[in-house]
Amino acid sequence: MTSCHVFEDPIKKVAIFGGTHGNELTGVFLVKHWLENGAEIQRTGIEVKPFITNPRAVKNCTRYIDCDLNRVFDPENLGKKMSEDLPYEVRRAQEINHLFGPKDSEDSCDVIFDLHNTTSNMGCTLILEDSRNDFLIQMFHYIQTSLAPLPCYVYLIDHPSLKYATTRSIAKYPVGIEVGPQPQGILRADILNQMRKIIKHALDFIYNFNKGKEFPPCTIEVYKIMEKVDYPRNENGEITAIIHPDLQDQDWKPLHPGDPVFITLDGETIPLGGDWTVYPVFINEAAYYEKKEAFAKTTKLTLTAKRLCSSLH
Amino acid sequence: MCSLPVPREPLRRVAVTGGTHGNEMSGVCLAQHWLRAPGELQRPSFSAMPVLANPAATAACRRYMDRDLNRTFTNTFLTARAHPDDPYEVTRARELNQLLGPMASGGAFDFVLDLHNTTANMGTCLIVDTAHNVFAMHLYRHLQMLSPELPCRVILYKLPKEESGSLNSVAKNGMALELGPQPQGVLRADLFTRMRALVAAALDFIQLFNQGTAFPAFEMEAYRVLRGMDFPRTEAGDLAGTVHPQLQDRDFEPLRPGAPIFQMFSGEDVLYEGESTVYPVFINEAGYYDKGIAFLQTEKLTFSVPALSMLAPAPTPGP
Ligand SMILES: [Zn+2]
Repeated sequence: MTSCHVFEDPIKKVAIFGGTHGNELTGVFLVKHWLENGAEIQRTGIEVKPFITNPRAVKNCTRYIDCDLNRVFDPENLGKKMSEDLPYEVRRAQEINHLFGPKDSEDSCDVIFDLHNTTSNMGCTLILEDSRNDFLIQMFHYIQTSLAPLPCYVYLIDHPSLKYATTRSIAKYPVGIEVGPQPQGILRADILNQMRKIIKHALDFIYNFNKGKEFPPCTIEVYKIMEKVDYPRNENGEITAIIHPDLQDQDWKPLHPGDPVFITLDGETIPLGGDWTVYPVFINEAAYYEKKEAFAKTTKLTLTAKRLCSSLH
Repeated sequence: MCSLPVPREPLRRVAVTGGTHGNEMSGVCLAQHWLRAPGELQRPSFSAMPVLANPAATAACRRYMDRDLNRTFTNTFLTARAHPDDPYEVTRARELNQLLGPMASGGAFDFVLDLHNTTANMGTCLIVDTAHNVFAMHLYRHLQMLSPELPCRVILYKLPKEESGSLNSVAKNGMALELGPQPQGVLRADLFTRMRALVAAALDFIQLFNQGTAFPAFEMEAYRVLRGMDFPRTEAGDLAGTVHPQLQDRDFEPLRPGAPIFQMFSGEDVLYEGESTVYPVFINEAGYYDKGIAFLQTEKLTFSVPALSMLAPAPTPGP
């Protein structure tokens, strides 16, 4: 039954990124803490590096200085000639690519965990970039099982136009970790404890995998991005309606055609159009007002991973 | 206890200010809406003026550009000679002092209601200088009676020997309306609707007062600010822990000596070592991190408020 197996090389290099958005404080302070006291994230045989990716934004407690660092790891930006005139985050992306990449090369980091918070009521969320990545499907399954009964959702951003060039995408196995709800610029202990647990289980998974543990075939439920929905706006671009109270905080729950989505300042309800039930995520995320995203519509899928074991065994 | 003078005349010059902190979206959005459609702010005896207090910070969706506008209405800033290098908020405070003040003068506005949000779980609360502000206490009671199911609380925020520097202090009377929890930069429909209803009720109260309605004496509770409490910090000044899960979201609940207040990143708990029970407010407010405040400690007071009427003789002093 060798054909059912996926053999992968052992994982040697792991990085944990915090502060990719400087006002998402859980990752900022976990990484700062681990830079001083790293015992918690060390595993025998694996090099685990905590790293602050956007130190200037962290210092200013702002999402970014010139542009969103989590959108500039594309070949064009990474290939630009280094110059003081480039936006700070593009220069920083090139430095990070140099330290942990280069992207799509043999030398790049094996796994990067990138720690984020959202103001949306999304709980523990793992972000998957590629639906055929058996190793990460197995890892996410392991994390979900370990966290239960605490729910942990998987958001799949594999999409021809909506996928974006994330900071973690320089790794062979990029993992986005998003925990909410937490306002920008504050640190909640409950959210911090949850994110810390996710990292612990993820590192345990890698350690077990390296040791030769076999992971039987598994399936996970994922929410795949379909469409971003903007706020209703007037001709000046100003928002004319806000998220309806019935939709607020209802991330991951089914939203049916005709259900309320927005409410105008005059009290008029705007319902969901279309013919399909969708699963909304990132509902009323503070950082997405400027990205013209009131929420994202997803569809629910099941992904299957083959039996996994390390190629050393 | 001496009461502040109760207005002898109708309040005709009233302003509602939003965006004093540019990322507190309920007030930002309401002020912008009323600037386009001010009808909602009209009453038979007056029309309240909507003001977007900090337009630059609002455009940038930040609390402030150079310094906190709501700490800038002090005599020193308002009277110093203008200079091109002045922080943006100092210049803006002087403009607002011209528009709504001048502070402590007969020409100042009668009442300013300043709209804020907090990331703390504080529900609805009014921030007033002192319990002596009889007009403000009756306004509070009016709001509370309209929706008894939702608590409305009063915080008394005058620190001894300190000018508040708050925006509403430019007017003869005023208060801040604080609604939470809401993240900075986010507009929640529930809080938006609630703030809109509270502003309408506050204006209704002023109308009732202006038309000669008498309001009877009553007893009330309020929370008087004692001191701020900083986060645990490393030697370098960075956070070494954060608000304990058992304290998070427990604004206005009693905090007893020995109860946990912080959780260190190393895992230990920090306990409250004060000698008496206090009532924490503004627990984990984003805007207070750079002020070195994890929460404010308050004491709960009970006092009686004298009757209020424009036509009545000077009120008898309370306790
Ligand atoms: Zn982020």
